[in-house]
Parts: sequence; C-alpha cells; structure tokens
Amino acid sequence: MSSPTLPPSESFKFSMLLSDTRYRGMSLQVITFIIFMAIFFWLVDNTIKNLALLDKDVSFNFLWLRAGYDINQRLIPYTSDSTHGMAALVGILNTLLVAFVGCIIATVLGLFVGILRLSKNWIVAKLMSAYIEGFRNVPVLLWIVMVFALLTEFTPAPRAFKGAEPEATMLFFESVAITNRGTYFPAPVLAEGAYWLLLCFGISVVAAIYFIRYANKQKKVTGKSLPTFWISVAVIIFPTLILFFAMGQPVSLEYPYLKGFNFKDGIHLRNSFLALTLALAFYTSAFIAEIVRAGIMAVSKGQSEAAASLGLRPNKIMSLIILPQALRIIVPPLISNYLNLTKNSSLAIAVGYMDVRGTLGGITLNQTGRELESMLLLMGFYLAVSLLISSFINYFNRSFQIVVR
Amino acid sequence: MTKIAFVRKKEIPPSAPPITEVGLIGWLRQNLFSSWLNSILTVLSVYFIVIILWDFIPWAYGGHWNTKSLRECLDLDPDVACFSVLTARWKQLLFGLYPAEEYWRPTLTFIFLLLAIVPILFPKFFRFFWFSIIYPGLAVWLLWGGSFWSISIVYIGLTLGALFFLTLIRRYLKNYMIAAILAFLFTAVFFLFISNPLVGLLNAILPFSLPFVESLKMGGFTLSLIVGVTGIVASFPIGILLALGRQSNLPVIKMICVGFIEFIRGVPLITLLFVASVLLNYFLPPGTNFDIVLRVVIMVTLFSAAYMAEVIRGGLAGLPLGQHEASASLGLTYWQSQQLIIMPQALKISIPGIVNTFIGLFKDTTLVSIISLRDPVGLASTIRADQKWNGIYWELYVAIGLMFFIFCWGMSQYSQYLERKLKTDK
Repeated sequence: MSSPTLPPSESFKFSMLLSDTRYRGMSLQVITFIIFMAIFFWLVDNTIKNLALLDKDVSFNFLWLRAGYDINQRLIPYTSDSTHGMAALVGILNTLLVAFVGCIIATVLGLFVGILRLSKNWIVAKLMSAYIEGFRNVPVLLWIVMVFALLTEFTPAPRAFKGAEPEATMLFFESVAITNRGTYFPAPVLAEGAYWLLLCFGISVVAAIYFIRYANKQKKVTGKSLPTFWISVAVIIFPTLILFFAMGQPVSLEYPYLKGFNFKDGIHLRNSFLALTLALAFYTSAFIAEIVRAGIMAVSKGQSEAAASLGLRPNKIMSLIILPQALRIIVPPLISNYLNLTKNSSLAIAVGYMDVRGTLGGITLNQTGRELESMLLLMGFYLAVSLLISSFINYFNRSFQIVVR
Repeated sequence: MTKIAFVRKKEIPPSAPPITEVGLIGWLRQNLFSSWLNSILTVLSVYFIVIILWDFIPWAYGGHWNTKSLRECLDLDPDVACFSVLTARWKQLLFGLYPAEEYWRPTLTFIFLLLAIVPILFPKFFRFFWFSIIYPGLAVWLLWGGSFWSISIVYIGLTLGALFFLTLIRRYLKNYMIAAILAFLFTAVFFLFISNPLVGLLNAILPFSLPFVESLKMGGFTLSLIVGVTGIVASFPIGILLALGRQSNLPVIKMICVGFIEFIRGVPLITLLFVASVLLNYFLPPGTNFDIVLRVVIMVTLFSAAYMAEVIRGGLAGLPLGQHEASASLGLTYWQSQQLIIMPQALKISIPGIVNTFIGLFKDTTLVSIISLRDPVGLASTIRADQKWNGIYWELYVAIGLMFFIFCWGMSQYSQYLERKLKTDK
C-alpha cells in the first residue's frame, strides 16, 4: 500500500509575494503603509520647510495673549481685554448654542412635518412635501441669507414703535418686540427666595419620575394603569405654583421697553443668531421629516394589523407598536443630522454671527497670523464633537439592533 | 291561502353609489374632510396657500423687467418685483466674469454636458458612451482654453499606454501585474519626455487653440457646475474604493480608510475649503502654487467621497452575507465577485443615498463664496454692492434658488425613476 504522497512543497519565490494569496495581502499592506508614510513625511517636511522660510514656529502661546476685539454675543464674561483663548471659548459656546436651539426646533418641526406628510389629507400631504422639497433642494447658505434678509429688511426699526400712534406694535401683550435690530423678549428676574422655587421644582420633577416608575411597576403586577400623565403633570406644576404665590411671587418678568432709539432690558436675540438658527432648523427639519416618514413606513404593515387584531386602539398602536420600532430606524440618522446642523453652523460667517469659526478661525487667525495652529484647533473642536456624537450612535446601534446572526 | 313566499327571479340592477361617496364630493370627503381634525387642517392649509399666493402672484406677475435701476422700479410701483436686475445681470449670474465674447464656450460646454450624460443615464444610448469619455478633456479645453493639443496629449498618452498593455498581454507576457507595471512605466516615460516636444511639434504643424481664460474669471452657475459635476464624477469611484477599504480585512488599509472617512466627515466643508485656500501652501513644496478652482474641486471631491463611502458601506452591509459566501464558493476572485455580485446589488440599495450625496455636493458648491470665489450666492452680494441695485434681495434669491432647485430636484426625480426601474421585487 502506497502512502499518499504530499505535493512537492514549492520553494519560496520572490514573485509569490504578488501572486500567492497567502502573501499578497501582507505585501499589499506593506506597500500601502510605505506609500502612506512617505506621503505623510513629505507633507510634514514641506510644512517644516515652509514655516522656516516664513520664519514662523508652531506655538499655541497666542491663546494667552490679549485678543483686542469685541464679540457682540457672549454667554460668558468677555471683553476686548480677554485672551484669544477666551474668545475661542466664547465662539465655541455660541456654536453650541446655535446647535442646541437649532436641533430642538428642527426636531419638533421635522416630527410635525414628517407625520403630516403621511396624512391621508391630500392637501396637507402635498403642502408638506412642498415644504420638504423646497428646503432640501436649495442650498442652506441661500436659506441663511434669505432668512437674514427677511429679518432685517421686513421688520420695523425700533423707532417705528414710538409715538402715540406707532407704525408697529409689540406682540403678545406688549412683551415681544420684533425689530430690524433683533427680537426682544421679556427676561425672568430672580428675586430673593427664587432658589427655593427652583429647589421645589426639582424635587417635584424627581417625585414625578418616581411616581411614573411606581405606576409602571403597578401596571406590570396588577394590569391596571393609572392616569400617569395627568398626575405627574399635577405633581410637577402645583407645588411650585403654590409656593410661588405663597412667597409673594419672587420671580418676575422684565419687559423690554423703548428708550431713545432702541429697546432696553429684556432678552435681546440678534438677527444674526435668529437667522442662522431658524434657517438651519428649517433646513434640517426637512431632512428629519423624511427620516421620520421613512422610519414610520419601514415598520411593516403586518405590525399595525396584528396590533389592531389584538384590539388596540389607533393611538395605542402608534405609541406601543409603531413608534418603538420606528425609533430604532429613526434615531441614528436623526443624530447624524444633528451633527450636520452643528457643522453647518460654521456658515455663521455669512450673517456675521460670531461662532468658533468666526472668532478662532476668523479674527484670531487674521490678527495673530497663526493659520496652522488656529485651523488645527478648529478642526480638533469639530472632530471632537463629531466623534463624541458618532460614538453615541454606535452605542445606540449596538444596544438596540435586532440580532441577526 | 295567499302565497307569501317570494323568490326574486331577476337580479336588481345595482343602484348608483351615494353621491357623497363618488366623484368630486366623494374625493373631497375621503381626502380632505374625513374627520373634524382633517377638516380643520384642510381649511388651515387652504388659508395658508391663499395668503401666500395672494401676495406672491401680483408681486411676480406685475414685475418690472426693463428698468435701469432699483430706484426706477420703486418709482414705477414699489409693490411688485423688480426682475430688471436679472435682465441686466443674468449673464454675470450664469458666467461670472468670463469674457463676454467667449460666452459661447461655457454654453457649448453645458450643451455637451447634457449630451455626455445621456449615455450614462439611459442605457438605450450606451453606444454613444465614447462621447462621455472624451467629454472631460473637451470641457477643460473649452472652458480654460489654451492649445487643443496640450489637452488631447493626455488622451493620446493614456491610449498609447493602454495599447502597450494590451499588446504585452496578447503577445509577450502572461503576468498581468508585471505588464501593468511596464505599461505604467511606458506611460510615465511618455508624459515625462515625449509629450512636451510632441505638443510643440503639433502646435507648430497645426496651431489650434482658444484664448486662455484664468480660473478666477470663472463664476456664476458655470463655476457651480464645474465644481459640482467634477466632484460628482470623481467622488463616486473614490467613494467605492474607500467603502471597500473600510470593509477590507487588511488592517492597515482598513485603518487608513477609517481614519480618512472619519476625519473628513468630522469637520465642516468650510474648514476644508479654508485649508485649500490658505493652508495648502504650507503642505506643498515651497513655491508651488496651483489653480484655486482645482484645489476647491479636490477638496469638495474628497469631502463627498467620504460621505459616499459611508452610503455605499450601508449598501454593502445591507446585503445578506450569503451573497459573499455564494460568490466565493463559485470560485470568483475578490475583484470578480465585487464587480459581478456584490457591487451591483449594493449600489442598487444605496441609490437614494448616493443621489442625496450628489445633491448635497451640488448645494455645497455655494460655500465657495465664503473663500471669495464668485458663485451665484457670492455674486448676489457683488450685484447688491452696485449702487443701482443696492437693496434688492428677493428677485435675486428667488432666481438663484430656483436654478438650484431645478438641478437638485431633477436629480432626485431621476433617482426615483432609477429605483423603480431597477426594482426586482414587488
């Protein structure tokens, strides 16, 4: 009996590095890595040479030098004597403010439009799809300058509010003034004892949360459902309201009023902020509406039919069956749209809003001539925000994905 | 005894449905007034549409088209549109600062563009694909001008390289890799040493050139289309490669692709454009200075390639694993299975996302106005800076918005058509 002979083992040949699948992957990676590093070092080398030619160095000391320019909207104390680092921080906060307010408005609008787009009402559905197509197919930069033009050109000047028979009047019981210099809202003023109110409000919210947990537990044990919503609303509102009047109304509103040629007091929202936020919110809401619609439509019809055959009512079907499944599909692209909104807020420069691109990447960069450092910091900021958000998306996907195999 | 049993012998003719269920009234009841909530929504929507149109139609319909300035418009009738700004400046909006006597060149390029995309969009005309291949060179020559030969030499060189490769494979060599390397070397030698003298020779024999137009003169929709179309065409293959790289099981390649994609997607396009206009000089050898439009195109391409890669990765992830396994069990190589099995299906799934990326790219071309190139949005402020048209907003914005809307909406309609056409399941 002859033993099975092994095929003669091939001796290693140089050409096998490219033709043999055992080695090809490895050699391909080595080549790629060498090319990549070569390009990288070439770029670094060029940068060093160029910096030497311009007699510059790389240093971030400019962040601690006096900035010397004013920023008209600031959330933290800042004067022209503050440092460039402070200016960057003010810019970052302004960016985050636009992003935060914009995301909230965009989500509310987007949900609203997306659900109405699925309405059986023909005219409403068509109107909503016109809204979506209109905002999605025109550049956001154009929307920003258009909203800005609308706010500055078609609103009355503050002096139009003057006189016995003014041309313009304030809205909402003389509390909100829309002018071409911005919109003025009443500002809350905290008197002594207001902190007790806040404390009371906080305790009420915690109590309401515990109540909802208790009600859910009861529902699972006994099958009876309590009127959770109304009770929790009452728990949140009434104690604070009673305390508010018992303590003699420690929180009051400070109304804006006309003084000279401008409004004084109250909260002043500049047109640049309003235009940027509103335009970004409208634009993003059109995308969110489509995501919401796609999410709802992706839940198969059998789900709602099965729920109906179990005897659930339409609103229960929506809240218990469709939405939980649709949310799994909706949330990741929703969050990446928030990210897009944040990145698009860098268009602030078109309306002169001082975001981080306007302070760090704009005036600071021009004044100090530190292009490389400023741009690195700017990109670092945006990268940090986006990596944070995308890691959150990944976490969400991992925890809510249906496991296939 | 009377017979009370009754059996109908003849069928009763069906009675007409109630008038409230058919025709216009039926449609209205079903679609607009099915419940009180719906009725309220309908009334609100109609009210909204009416007040918008009530203002818009007289404004647009009565608009002036032939005045000399905004002042003149306001003197005639301040309540209607002043479209005269478009009459006076439409050339600038379309062509930017392109020399007036050369307007035929961008126009012809645009017409050729329409002709060149027909074979790609509609397979019926695929036999004209050769035109789509020569179009890029033709467009560059028409837009920027210069000698005809200096552009066509690129085509000549590439064709010679391909012929060289094919001859090697057919006659002399078995190994594709070595043939490819040799053909690459051949082409490199051609471009380094032969092409320049050859261009000079051809220019001497048959001078055939257009006046040169520099990049800064490009503007308006011509610029948007240059950046947009080049970006779209170039970002698609790069996006596919990046997506494959990200899915690859070679760690180094995967890491490079992931790093690139995440970096590009993490920063706003405007910072990248800023890098292109300010910082790029730091990264290149001292003294290099290359065309600003080209820099912008490269940045926009890289930007949308990263997004494209993610969209295609979504399509790849959407394919059942069985497809990969089945193609491997048929004995197909990696590239064969990508080309024949994986990509056709993955791309089909990701059509909506791909087209959305294209639309996004085309809209993002407006951002070049921030690094002071003259795209339509940038031109709008240039036009307003003119004394005659100072204070004009809506007429310009509506016109620019409408142009973008037509292009973007057209793209999305085409993607829906393609989706319906490629649909294989019900």
